[in-house]
Amino acid sequence: MTLFEDSWFFVYLAVALIPALILGICEKPIKYYAFAVSLIFVWMATETNKRAMFFLIGFCIAEFIVLRVWLKVMKKYGRKSSFYVLFLALGMAPLVISKLSNHFMGFNLLGFMGISYMTFKILQMIIEIYDELIEEVPAFDYFSFLLFFPSVLSGPIDRSQRYTKDLNTIPQRSDYMEMAGTGLVYKFVCASLIYQILIWVNPQHGLMADLIYMYAYGFYLFFDFAGYSRMAIGTAYLFGVKTPENFNAPFKSKDIMDFWDRWHITLSHWFRDYLFSRLMMRWIKNKRFSSRLTAAACGFMINMTVMGLWHGLDIFYIMYGIYHGALLALTEIWNKKSKFRKKHKKDKGYIAVSTFITFNLVMFGLFIFSGKFTEILGLTPPGSSAVTAVGGDYFLKVMTKVLH
Amino acid sequence: MEEKILDLLADICDDDIVKEDKTIDMVEEELLDSLGYTELLAELEEMFGIVLSPSAVSKNDVATPEKVIALVQSKMK
Repeated sequence: MTLFEDSWFFVYLAVALIPALILGICEKPIKYYAFAVSLIFVWMATETNKRAMFFLIGFCIAEFIVLRVWLKVMKKYGRKSSFYVLFLALGMAPLVISKLSNHFMGFNLLGFMGISYMTFKILQMIIEIYDELIEEVPAFDYFSFLLFFPSVLSGPIDRSQRYTKDLNTIPQRSDYMEMAGTGLVYKFVCASLIYQILIWVNPQHGLMADLIYMYAYGFYLFFDFAGYSRMAIGTAYLFGVKTPENFNAPFKSKDIMDFWDRWHITLSHWFRDYLFSRLMMRWIKNKRFSSRLTAAACGFMINMTVMGLWHGLDIFYIMYGIYHGALLALTEIWNKKSKFRKKHKKDKGYIAVSTFITFNLVMFGLFIFSGKFTEILGLTPPGSSAVTAVGGDYFLKVMTKVLH
Repeated sequence: MEEKILDLLADICDDDIVKEDKTIDMVEEELLDSLGYTELLAELEEMFGIVLSPSAVSKNDVATPEKVIALVQSKMK
């Protein structure tokens, strides 16, 4: 069973929500109930693949030990950068092994659905322990945070301290039903319909077909992923956790910097807070670059390339990262150097043109991301593009069921 | 301490107005961008021997000179 995908999931979810609503109305804490539901759903999602389930359990326990030992080490030795690097490496090891084995050996050692997102949560805790923001990791809070089922598969990526605070306050709910509702429409109506265009245009060749594919894929990915995120957030609200927003009208972005504040927000902000800003701070302290602008350009390149690699080791993901790194670096230089921008940045015309260019740059980026661009260039074999890889054929499945 | 912080801000923002108006929103006025923000955190850490985590101190938390001073004071205790 795939969470937020199979029709049965929604039936079970509806049943599981009844006690949550009752607890909510009575203003009783939901956290233990939510944890039990999470365990059941995670079990149901992995039960057909016993190996993945084994890895998942092993991962959660091993990383818990890593965190606890790291806390002890910090208390005893203080902020030592050698230990810091060691524990970061330990935290990252399962994901790296999983990605490398999958790419180079053809089977996924240590991997399971959601390992990437869980690794983000672990790494940010290791970093915040080093920053002396986290002083203890209680077992319940840890497992509940890691396995919280609405966001276990594909985010949004919450922060542990924010999450724990929510767990321990009685929830107030406002517009969560609307949230879950638009999520459903986005994912199962908009995304599924656009997916039909992709299937239709995918085998065709030529500039026109590729252009249609590019724009259709961009919108498909947005509706699929933003829809998924909204459902996850809406569900999380019902279980008492105000999971942060992941999308905010990304196609309205004024420039690429603005785009990354609107698209997969929790991921890009994760990279901003835990990689980019820290890298910049380090470089400023050891005066690695004479010019701030060069430092920023390098920082953007590294930041986005790592983000590309995180998606996968395929060439199109790496290209996607480098592409966005370069765009951010160029935007930064333009923003700093251009006299034209200084004069006109508040003009309606300037903003309109900038928004239009950004939209097309973004669409081209997603086109790279889809794998289709490298396929056209002959860098990847046909059929490796995302249409066949992403399981967005829900609409088709439903239709075949109806027709038979 | 306050003077040191204000000098630093004037240097990063490249504008002495931050010394006169301590409630000015440096983010809104585009005096402090993402780079200036990381530079500010790094310099404050070095200057006062404190730890400022980008995941706990957002750009808005250091948007006015007043806020910066209050932040450093709270960390020095």
